[in-house]
Amino acid sequence: MGMSYNEKVIEYFKNPKNVGTLEEPDGYAKEGSPACGDMVSLYLKVDDETREITDIKFESYGCASNIATGSIITEMAKGKTIEEAKEITWQEAAEELGGLPDLKTHCSVLAVDALREAIRNYEERQGIGEEKRETTQEVVEERLTHVMNPMKGRDVMKTGLIDSVEVEDGSITVNVALESDHQFASAIKEDIEEKLEPRWDVEKVVVRFVGG
Amino acid sequence: MKEETIYLDNAASTKVDERVMEAMEPYMLETYAVATSDFAYSMGIEAKEALNSAREKIADRLKGDSEEMIFTSGGTESSNLALKGAAEKLLEKEGKDHIVISKIEDFPVLNTAKVLEKKGFEVTYLDVDQEGFVDIEQLEGSLKDETILVSIQHANQEIGTLQDIEKIAEICEDHDVLYHADATHTFGRVPLDVSKIPVDMITLSSHTIHGPRGIGALYVREGTPLKKQMDGGFQENNLRAGVENIPAAVGFGKAVELIDEEENERLEEMRDRLIEGISSKIPDTVLNGPRKKRTPQNANITFQYVEGESITLHLDMRGIAVSTGSACFSKSLEASHVILGIGGDHERAHGSVRFTLGRFNDEEQVKKVIEEAAEVIERLREISPLGKGGE
Repeated sequence: MGMSYNEKVIEYFKNPKNVGTLEEPDGYAKEGSPACGDMVSLYLKVDDETREITDIKFESYGCASNIATGSIITEMAKGKTIEEAKEITWQEAAEELGGLPDLKTHCSVLAVDALREAIRNYEERQGIGEEKRETTQEVVEERLTHVMNPMKGRDVMKTGLIDSVEVEDGSITVNVALESDHQFASAIKEDIEEKLEPRWDVEKVVVRFVGG
Repeated sequence: MKEETIYLDNAASTKVDERVMEAMEPYMLETYAVATSDFAYSMGIEAKEALNSAREKIADRLKGDSEEMIFTSGGTESSNLALKGAAEKLLEKEGKDHIVISKIEDFPVLNTAKVLEKKGFEVTYLDVDQEGFVDIEQLEGSLKDETILVSIQHANQEIGTLQDIEKIAEICEDHDVLYHADATHTFGRVPLDVSKIPVDMITLSSHTIHGPRGIGALYVREGTPLKKQMDGGFQENNLRAGVENIPAAVGFGKAVELIDEEENERLEEMRDRLIEGISSKIPDTVLNGPRKKRTPQNANITFQYVEGESITLHLDMRGIAVSTGSACFSKSLEASHVILGIGGDHERAHGSVRFTLGRFNDEEQVKKVIEEAAEVIERLREISPLGKGGE
């Protein structure tokens, strides 16, 4: 762990690009909430013919890595088609920024999620979005790739932090391979709940710490 | 080189006063012997006298006896010794197993209590009100036959709340329960008189009052049951083994000597100017902690709609060092347990900034901080989706 913000991150933090809102956006998303920390709002204008993102703006209530990622991701998405923009990952955004401190990657994921959600919102308005998916074990595992392991700076799935996942009748149990009094236990728990609770068919999320 | 930093994180640690450095130096280069008995060689006797003179200066500030002052490696060790030492002793001796602390204690007390809890002790965590004051009725109600000790800080590390230590001590005395107070953020700054207030143990820190790090003390009232935690030699009244850190102890003593009432009044004036300046110049701020009953050096303010790490980073780029209760700033990614403890939500913690003053701050700096903060907050609010009427 370690490493602080590099110059590029600081530069974007000081002078973020594409800040603001758009009147009558074609796509809009608000990810995160002030209650759980960071929040990003993202606005899109999309050419209905070419499906190209013609304008994009964001606002951030967040830390430096959140602001910098919001800025870089809007620059990366501008001019791309929505299909291309959907493929942008937070790893790519972080790379474009010359790297982010491991501990901070979770703040940057929010900006990427906001972009994807804004595109989904556009698709829904256009009637081209996919159907509401049922929350299966696979879906849960996919969502968990958006939860960071702050010790590694990569997601909890890839870093083997998830012991197992159980999905039953709208109730999800996530077993985390950590002790419950670990330094990051409550931050990770909060992050997992945040990613799963908003799903339409999820009633209960239980995060259990089963030891490393 | 950057312009000189305006350092407003004096609750974390302070700049060592040059006069403290000067006082310490001879005990590294000239009188470097250990503290010996009165019958050994003269350098050792001199070293011992220096150690005891430092001990006296520190004890005098509390109106306590120098025999009751145990040097440790710092506040963290002092609180560990107080809690673990008393808990283990009274479990052994009397079979007691209950401890009471406040929810907003600093980590040395909080996490020591949690360790004891894991070992089987019962711990009561007292609530605090919106300004950080401990619920006195809840305290009284929590005490029972098994209670060993109450540990409630003199003042809070983040929001500066000064507890009614006299009342707490009286209640503990009435119930025949030990009382430990963490005075890391008040020693030297706010009077505390053990000849009048029946506190049994007090954690004291040197590096928060322009003394060196690596030294602290625990005031232990005579007769307090305590089990030694650091085993070895018989130093420090046989309560803390290890070769005494005489240069640091001398520095600690000097640091105490250098603080006077005038300085504390000056800090209080600057604190008030800072709080008033910020709240009049910047809209949508909330003062965390009480307006009056707080340490003279602490101002803690939440700037709504913006996040603390972003604020501290911007201020840092303008040469101002402060800290925040935001989760993003912390090593555990957790929001301040103090702001949450006073009933604040995560949002209040995330936007909170702690300004803590010290000897080397002046009015000019305070003025500059208010101006710079106003600019930074305005800028971050332009980026923020919150607070624009739509929320």
